[in-house]
Amino acid sequence: MRQAVDKLIRNRNVRLVLFFWTISCCLVALGAAVSVAETLDANLKTLQSVGNEGKGNLSAAVAWQEVAGCESDSIPTILSAIDGASPLSANWIRTAVDAIAGRSKKIPLEDLEVFLLDVRHDPRARRLAWELIQERNPNRAEIIISSMLDDPGVELRYDAVDRLIQKASRAKEELAVNEILRKALDAARNVDQVKQITTALRKSGQVIDLQHHFGFLAGWYVAGPFDNTDGKGFATVYPPEQNVDLEALYAGKGMQVLWHEFLTADPYGMVDINKAIPGPGDGLKEVVAYAFTTFTMPVEREVEVRLGCKNAWKIWGNGSLLFERDEYHRGMRIDQYRIPFETREGRNTLLVKLCQDGQTKDWTKEWQFQLRLCDASGTPVLGSDRRPTPLHAEAEATHGESQTP
Amino acid sequence: MYEINRCLHVACFIALLGSAALVQGDQSWPSFQGPRGSGATTERLPQELGEKNISWKRMLPGYGLSTPVVHSNKVFITCSSGPEQDRLRVLCIDGTKGQSLWERQFWATGRTMCHKKTSVAAPTPCTDGERIYALFSSNDLVCLDFEGNLIWLRGITADYPNVSNSLGMASSLVVTDGVVVAQVENDSESYAIGIDAETGKNIWKIEREKSANWTSPLVLSPGLVGLQSKSGIDAVDTADGHFLWKYDGGASTIPSSCRKGNVLFVPSKGLTALAYNLSSQKSPKQLWSSSRLSPGTPSPVVVSNTVFTISRGDVLTAGDIETGERRWQLRLKGPFSATPVVSEDTLLAVNETGLIQLVHFDDEQGELKDTFHLEDEVLASPAIAAGGVFLRSNSRLWKLVDAKQ
Repeated sequence: MRQAVDKLIRNRNVRLVLFFWTISCCLVALGAAVSVAETLDANLKTLQSVGNEGKGNLSAAVAWQEVAGCESDSIPTILSAIDGASPLSANWIRTAVDAIAGRSKKIPLEDLEVFLLDVRHDPRARRLAWELIQERNPNRAEIIISSMLDDPGVELRYDAVDRLIQKASRAKEELAVNEILRKALDAARNVDQVKQITTALRKSGQVIDLQHHFGFLAGWYVAGPFDNTDGKGFATVYPPEQNVDLEALYAGKGMQVLWHEFLTADPYGMVDINKAIPGPGDGLKEVVAYAFTTFTMPVEREVEVRLGCKNAWKIWGNGSLLFERDEYHRGMRIDQYRIPFETREGRNTLLVKLCQDGQTKDWTKEWQFQLRLCDASGTPVLGSDRRPTPLHAEAEATHGESQTP
Repeated sequence: MYEINRCLHVACFIALLGSAALVQGDQSWPSFQGPRGSGATTERLPQELGEKNISWKRMLPGYGLSTPVVHSNKVFITCSSGPEQDRLRVLCIDGTKGQSLWERQFWATGRTMCHKKTSVAAPTPCTDGERIYALFSSNDLVCLDFEGNLIWLRGITADYPNVSNSLGMASSLVVTDGVVVAQVENDSESYAIGIDAETGKNIWKIEREKSANWTSPLVLSPGLVGLQSKSGIDAVDTADGHFLWKYDGGASTIPSSCRKGNVLFVPSKGLTALAYNLSSQKSPKQLWSSSRLSPGTPSPVVVSNTVFTISRGDVLTAGDIETGERRWQLRLKGPFSATPVVSEDTLLAVNETGLIQLVHFDDEQGELKDTFHLEDEVLASPAIAAGGVFLRSNSRLWKLVDAKQ
């Protein structure tokens, strides 16, 4: 039998037939692979093209089924489709990965690690890759995460900082603890982590400049009060919205109004308008104030204006309205609002309109905001003309001196 | 003879089905206030409470105070996790054994800031028996089938950028006649939206009063929902979003209304009973109003001829649904956030510390029959279906059963 097979193979014609048959099989297999890849690519494009108000949902649901039905070795390719995708599309794509990983016994861990370590990919997709590795190989995931202190991904960096905080808690000598915590602080972008680290460092007498760490803008010119009776001031266009003239004198609510400088020494950059424009009792009510500042950028770039504020507000960047919100006293926190802003090379301006309503309860007296510039990871973007963080005495000296009753 | 036997078999089968239906209670808890919008169940509640009543419990991967939704022996629950609580999770859990069947995660596309008492996973999802619809405080709305396939998704804050509340959104969803109804009402950009359950596209969008509102829509009859707000109740036809009638006596923005038949019990002037006519556009007839039945945070519930409220002072009050007269009162151990659930003769209330209180009642009195402590914070209302009480605490999902059954 074997001899007969050998004889057949030695036959030139048979060898030719076998050769072409093998080539054909390879081509079919290649074609199938290309077809699968093309289909996946087309389906991912469908998921990438969904829009607001449900646009594209119907076709996306069909494409999702196909993507979610892929083998697990497609996961890195699917994750790559999150790069540049809209937040809605990213959710379509990531849930398909959830579905594949949920039913797959094996996933391509090495490929996922390559994907994870390539910082050109979307930070959240990389985070998902890390979590998939963590589920299957927690030891490897721990090794990787400890090297991600400077990662552009918010959650990856958060966990890396967390590991350092844990390490500091195990260290016994104060010097070593402080050294680890300083390293953790340099990397930390999450407010709660920063507070946790600074609390520990300050106990051992360390000085920390939080304004600088976060990039809060401390120096402002403030003008007000203008009228906000019955909340109408929010929509009223007062002169500073048309042109900021720091030498101008305005007709305000019951008084003449001038711009005056206000520096905040608050570690979290709180600009307290009740201090800048003091009023009777708990402060002025049904009023509007404007705050104006400038900063210099060495090159044009996109930044995030991050605002915390519990009053109604509007923000203009370089004269263009960036966002507005008419909610009063529902709560405030650092980075409450994230607003994209294309800065230009050289001088840039920010104008904030801050409205106080007529509520009189204890929790409605605040008339304030905190604002910083940073990138998407929360790393501060500091102007080249940024002044040193003011001391308390220096800041207090500028409060409310220029009111003209 | 064969035919006779066959007929007998069929008759026996039908009789068995019928008797099963008689002893079986609700197999589904499809939304916040249960299958009838009353907070009541036809299931038998446990008659005593202890470790032996715990069928299973399982850890949850995130926070939340949404009520579990139950259908086809599957329990659906939402959570949020991550340093910014921007990881939105929908879990499907086997009702019998408590095992995870699938999980899908989404990245929040809207703001996730909440008061510490609430959570991004505050709104209760709903089901129409084919799909699960889940809404989060970030106003991300997703639709999945029971196998975890993504059918559609929306980012309502991505669509309408000022739809948010800095204290957190909490209004739950309902679905009726193929329309998902979401009340995304707040101080700024405030809407009620009817969304096609098949496609996720708007069928209608109504501008609502600019005022924070945490109450949930209530299905008054198929295709008719009641929208509660500070002004009162609006009855809206879900086919096109037009108003049928209005009750303008004002209403609470925290506890929601419940109903029995065509009578609505509204947290208004204490508690107000309104009789509405399905075939009429006339305003509903006010049956009674009672300040002695004023609810605190939990919503009222109604069964047979009794409506129950839990006051701010943690007093459980039973009222006659015909007259509004108070029948009896019982002081419970509070504080309460969770709405209780009620069967024909038993009410189950859970306070914020996780103390379950079982009250037996008749027309004359209510008696505290048993208590059991979960030793974990509970802010979410329970669901009752398929022979179990499904209850979520801060970190766990529990199934409690009647140990005697």
